[in-house]
Amino acid sequence: MNRVGRWLLGSLAVVVALAWSFPIYWMVSSAFLPTNKLQTPTPTFFPLHGTLSNFRRVLADSTFVTSFRVSLAVTALSVVASILFAFVAALAVSRFRFRGRKGFIVAILVVQMIPAEGLFISQYKMLDSWRLVNSVLGLTIVYVAAILPFTIWMLRGFVAGVPIELEEAGMVDGLSRTGAFFRITFPLLAPGLVAAGVYGFLQAWNEYTLALVVMTDPAQRTLPLWLQGLVEADRATDWGVVMAGATLIAVPVILFFLVVQNRMTSGLVAGAVKG
Amino acid sequence: MTRPRAAAVPAPPVPLTGTAADQVPRRRRRPVGVYLLLVPATVAMVVGLGYPLARQLVISFQEYGLAQQFGRPAEWVGLRNYTELLTDPYVWGVIARSLAFCLVNAVVTMAIGMALAVLMAKVGRAARITLQVGMLLAWGTPVLATMTVWQWLFDSQYGVVNWLLAEPFGMDGMRYHSWLIQPLSFYFVATVIVVWMSVPFVVFTVFAGLLQVPEETMEAAELDGAGGWQRFWLITVPMVKPVLFVVALLQVIWDLRVFTQIYVLQRAGAPTRETHLLGTYIYSLAKEFSMAGAMATIMLVLTLALTGLYIRRMLREEEL
Repeated sequence: MNRVGRWLLGSLAVVVALAWSFPIYWMVSSAFLPTNKLQTPTPTFFPLHGTLSNFRRVLADSTFVTSFRVSLAVTALSVVASILFAFVAALAVSRFRFRGRKGFIVAILVVQMIPAEGLFISQYKMLDSWRLVNSVLGLTIVYVAAILPFTIWMLRGFVAGVPIELEEAGMVDGLSRTGAFFRITFPLLAPGLVAAGVYGFLQAWNEYTLALVVMTDPAQRTLPLWLQGLVEADRATDWGVVMAGATLIAVPVILFFLVVQNRMTSGLVAGAVKG
Repeated sequence: MTRPRAAAVPAPPVPLTGTAADQVPRRRRRPVGVYLLLVPATVAMVVGLGYPLARQLVISFQEYGLAQQFGRPAEWVGLRNYTELLTDPYVWGVIARSLAFCLVNAVVTMAIGMALAVLMAKVGRAARITLQVGMLLAWGTPVLATMTVWQWLFDSQYGVVNWLLAEPFGMDGMRYHSWLIQPLSFYFVATVIVVWMSVPFVVFTVFAGLLQVPEETMEAAELDGAGGWQRFWLITVPMVKPVLFVVALLQVIWDLRVFTQIYVLQRAGAPTRETHLLGTYIYSLAKEFSMAGAMATIMLVLTLALTGLYIRRMLREEEL
């Protein structure tokens, strides 16, 4: 390709990148604008005389704080449970041969095809009959079930990626099987566990549909529900506060995502090709 | 869950070196211990997914109304819920709209995603990283955060979209245009948002697929006198075809079950009955549990019909 062509394509890529990230820019930029700058016939494209008042109002809002607590509790529980359960399951399917192993893997694949949107009513009914509606535990139960299949799939690739010979060499050097596992294999799996944990975090922190169904009490809202609650059709929306709230929820997620995106994609590919 | 990011769905089987054959596990132990390792995950999935699914299936063949809420045992009605739904033209409208929405979104997403993946592979380092960061921002942001931004962008009074159309483009009629009131423009907005969110996954996966094409093959073809287009169509495209196939199917699955985007836009002031897709329709049936169950089963069958192909292909091609 000649130089002009290369330059043109490069500029095209940059233009696409700018257009694609514009909504995110707009979210952050609007979050810094006072209401009188937001509600003008001409949009303000650069928050030159920005203000932190929107952020202050979000943080002073007691409903935000409650929702933050609920989200944090659900997310922490879901991450811990799904990593623990997925880790032992991944060990089983990638380190041992046993009857039903293939069936288990196929089941994991098939489960992921079930449209969650077709299941939420019966999940609600189930939690309702156990008195677990509007409870962190109830929401965690459905989240863990939803997060597990992919987490097992991903960890399975990571476990298979550590050659068993390393462990055997450790046993030749006098370690017990358990000792060899925890001293040699486990440290090598740490990146995989971190990636799986962040995946669980992203899912539980961002989830909307099941939370909408399970957490009907305003005092038990998760952050996405809280954010949606700010935008109501029947009254004027305070867009500055909404954008500040969206930014506060999104920024930690984006940072996590940028850090592990690569590892998650490789775990995904590895899970697909390794035993 | 929300629309999966890195994928709540298995990976596309990108061909890698190092076959599954040399990874076959070889430890043998008394099986009881191994099964214990599977217990926690199995129990969690059976409780959270399997049991509700089974219960829903059972109740879809029963009458489960207000009386049952107060403890009267449910009555078996056979296929009545299904026939009632499937003889209702409105339900067929919802199914047709969902399929149309799904196909349009999947096709547009794939077209843009493939074009951008090729672009990403062709440009220099700086431009590529810029494009990657732009894509990652859209991909990584929580769905609800992006939904609120898009609502703000399309706001009828102060939204940037209306301003852009009215001012620089001089379409005065668009100044206070309400996008969500007409079903067609409602779906247009939904499509813009869904495509915007879905394209990054396609770009990164297809780009990864493009990187798998060995340098040597390309050089050999060049020496044999193949031009740029020939190399693209005869070598690159066939090599990334499996990836494209899987990614396209994933798009179909995700776009068929789209819920959050539609629901949030409906709440922003759209006529719900005219804009329901499968997910939101099932949600609207929540009070009639049997009907919702039957409708969900219909949706499940529809999804499995679309994905059965994919699962069979995965099972055939892979040494698990």
